[in-house]
Parts: sequence; structure tokens; C-alpha cells
Amino acid sequence: MSLRPDLAAIADAVPAGARVLDIGCGDGALLAHLRDTKGVDARGIDVSAANVATAVARGLSVVQGDADADLADYPDAAFDMAILSDTLQAMQRPAAVLAELVRIGRRGVVSFPNFGHWRVRGSLAVGGRMPMTKSLPVSWHETPNIHFCTVDDFRALAVTMGLRVESADFLSGGRRRGGALANLLAEQAVFVLSR
Amino acid sequence: MLPGPYPLLSGQSLAGLEIGYETYGRLNADGSNAILICHALTGDQHVASLNPRTGKPGWWPRLVGPGLPIDPDRHFIIASNVLGGCSGSSGPGSIDPATARRYAMGFPVITIRDMVRAQALLLDHLGVGILLAVVGGSMGGMQALDWAVAFPGRVRNVIAIASAARHSAQNIAFHEVGRQAIMADPNWAGGAYPEDKPPAAGLAVARMAAHITYLSEAGLTAKFGRRLQNRDADKANAGGFGFDAEFQVESYLRHQGLAFTERFDANSYLYITRALDYFDLAAPHDGQLALAFAGTKTRFALISFTTDWLYPTAESRRVVRALNAAGAAVSFVELESPFGHDAFLLEAPEMNRVVDGFLRAGE
Repeated sequence: MSLRPDLAAIADAVPAGARVLDIGCGDGALLAHLRDTKGVDARGIDVSAANVATAVARGLSVVQGDADADLADYPDAAFDMAILSDTLQAMQRPAAVLAELVRIGRRGVVSFPNFGHWRVRGSLAVGGRMPMTKSLPVSWHETPNIHFCTVDDFRALAVTMGLRVESADFLSGGRRRGGALANLLAEQAVFVLSR
Repeated sequence: MLPGPYPLLSGQSLAGLEIGYETYGRLNADGSNAILICHALTGDQHVASLNPRTGKPGWWPRLVGPGLPIDPDRHFIIASNVLGGCSGSSGPGSIDPATARRYAMGFPVITIRDMVRAQALLLDHLGVGILLAVVGGSMGGMQALDWAVAFPGRVRNVIAIASAARHSAQNIAFHEVGRQAIMADPNWAGGAYPEDKPPAAGLAVARMAAHITYLSEAGLTAKFGRRLQNRDADKANAGGFGFDAEFQVESYLRHQGLAFTERFDANSYLYITRALDYFDLAAPHDGQLALAFAGTKTRFALISFTTDWLYPTAESRRVVRALNAAGAAVSFVELESPFGHDAFLLEAPEMNRVVDGFLRAGE
């Protein structure tokens, strides 16, 4: 089974044997991959009962819960890696969730769609409509995404919060690309953060 | 019958210990496939086979059986009647060797921990060392959680369904209604009723009150609404203006109450509800539940149901929070069901999927 490219980029950032919490783990695809290929101690949280049932049926330890509310339960540095993949933009309080991420995990991994991508900009600037792209496929009134940001916005927030950016990966068209002009050219970004 | 004395948490002890149990399947060569199933307040050891007393099928036929998540072809399944029960285990209906008469209210007060320790002795007797899993719903889930606390090295997986780590004030309140109903029945006679003249009316009321807590408002409305018992009644006399079982829901509850008295002992009901009320895993740790599970290596799965107001999702979440704080491997899911607390006994494919996946990963 091949992983979604952004998940593969996250997986690369996870060392073998790590204790991992995937926040918004969906049906557990990434966690199962990490368990099977890197022998990680895999835990997850997801808001959907159906997703949790599927993940548990995969043999994963997954808890139904809400990242906005339930991260406070975990002790400091309970995990080597806390992962937030494609979820930050759907959080009520993204900054608070980021703070929890680097509290619970010695490192936090965050992936998000870049709202600064040229197609997004074009859609707004030229078309005058909220963008619908491959990484943002849902119309504005249906989307769970309520807090979009650009790559530069994210970097700025990390600075404001005093978080260290350990590494950053960028994707476009399902392929990794360099960091040059990432704010304009990357569809998705994967940041590894620490306190 | 296991030789005594069997010391209890209260400081009292029993002269000997009798445990009614059933097993299904075989213990494998390395003894790694044993699953203990714990029953709820009024359950028994007949989890997957005909109950000889009632002639009814086992109480968890949707989860336990060939081809099901708990499968006698793969697992060695043990189910025992709880201490204090009335289906073959020592309880207030047993004979006190000191007096050669039934214990009645002379039976010592018991706790969930006493039940669990009795189960551990049964496992010793059966040659089972470490359990693959302890599985239970409701009070059975409490025993399962308590197993992980009392014998952390002896249980690899715990599944607690529609359960809690403590009895809430509301839980205790409903139980007290039931106990007072029994004690208010003149036949109860301080517990010393003869076998052929039990406090059936009081026990039936206790069951009726408890049964409401096993259902949900939506479920009751869907099943009965305001429908009348006598469907032919025309409008003029539909009301009847009396106190017979006018509404279908009344008739249903009365039937539930009455049927219960034929299979359950009133004093056992007093003792087991008492044991439940005392249950609070956080109590020895100044209310810090996480400390009860500190260092645990056991895997946990908790399942709750949306309309269960007896042991609501919040109570399961409290356990999950504590387990997360203790660094335990825990899974939790709240499943949709209109059927209230009883949902765990009913058809629940998602529950089966979770239990099956969780157990297979832990085998």
C-alpha cells in the first residue's frame, strides 16, 4: 500500500521505534504504515467513530476525541513525535493545538495545505472565487477548514510562539520540491517543530 | 468449591468459596488464549449457552460464539457467576456452615475487588496463568478494569464496554431506590424470607426502576410512545381512569419486573448493588484515577454508546484520560445507538468489529 505523498513526507521524519501520537489519524493509514515499517509505538486520536473503529480493527491504539479539547490529557513529552497531518486548518484554535503538539511530543510534525500557492492566489485574484484545488477540494461552505494559512504565515506563527523549525518539506503535484519560493509554489508543507 | 477461609476487603471472611462457572473451547498449549468474560449486575455464567434455569439462550450471543469475535474455536472462554450472586456462586442464598442456615443478611458485604479475586482463584483452579483478555459490559466492564488494577501482570488486554471506573451519585441513587423497594416488601423480613416466599413485589419494583436506566428516552418513545395496552379501546373509555397497566410501557415494565423475580434472589440484588456503589478505582489514590493504572502494560479498549445515561460516555472518557496520563495503550470509541445502556447486549456490528480487531492485535 502506498501512502499519500504528504503522509510519506511525514513518515520520513519519524525515526524507527519512536513513540508516536497521530492527532486526527483518520482510519490509521499513516500509523499502520509507521508501525509496520518502522516499528513505532503508534497511538492516534480521531473525531470520527467510524475512523476509530477501522483504526482499532487494524490493531492500533486509537481514541475517539477532539484535538481542540482532548490533548490536555496527555503528559508532557509523552511522545517522541506528535503528528498533525492536514488537520491544523480545521482546528478551532490552531495556535493552542500547536502548543499542545510540542508539549506532548518532543517534536511536532505538522502538514497543511499552503493557501499561498499560486493556484489559490489566482483563483481569488483572477477568478474572484474561493479556491477549489486538488489539496482543497471542498467548496467554502462545506469545507471543515476554517483556519487557512500560507507557508509564510506558518513560519511567522512559529516565530511568534518561539518554536524551532527543525526541518521543512514541501510538496507540489504529489512530488517533493525544494524550499525555494515555497510560499508561492508548494501545495503542501510539512514542518517538524520543537520547543 | 474452593477451600476457605476467603478473606474479603471488608475484613470479614467466608468459610469457603463456591463459584458457578462455565468454560468454552480449550486452553492452548502455551496457555495464551484464555478470555474471562465478566457479567453485569443480574447476569450469570451462561454467556453463550442455554441457561438451565430460565431455558433462555446465553446473554451475549452476539459477541461470544463460533465465528464471533470471542470464539470457542480460538479462545478458552471462562465465565463465572460473581461472588454474591445467585447462580451457583457463594452469596446470601448460600448455606452458612456456622449455622447450617442461609446467610441472608449475615453474608458479609462484598466489593467488586472481592469478585475479581474470586475469579483469580477460579483461574488458579483451572490452571490459567495470564489472561489474553478480560471482557465485560456494565458491571462486567468494572470488573475488567479492576482486573488490570488488581492483577496487572495477569491480564494482557481489557475490554470495558458501557462501563465506568466509579459509581456516580445518580447510579447510587437509583440503586438505593431498588434496595428500599425490596426492604419495604413485608416478605423481605429483614432478609430472612423463606425460599418459597420471597419479596417478589419489592424485587419487581427494583427491577422496573433499574430497567428504565438501561433504556433511553428515545428508545422508550420509539418502542411504546403513549400507546395504550388495549388497542381496541375506543376514545370514550380509552382512558379507563384506573390504575391497571394502561400504557404499553407500564405493562412492559411490569412484565420485566415479574419475570426478573423468577430468576433472581432479592438479597443477592442488595449485595451486588452495594458492591457496585462502593466501586471507585480512584478512591485509594485520592481521586487520581491515573495512579490506579500507573505503569500498566495492559492494552485497553473502551466502548460507550451515545444514548447510555447509566454509564455515559463521559465516564468512559474519564478512564481514557487516566489511561493516557498513565501512558497506557488505550483505544476508545463512542458508538451510535438509540438503545441506551442495553446497547452493549444488542446487535452492534461496530462493537464486534472493534472487539475483534482489538483482540486479534493483542493475540
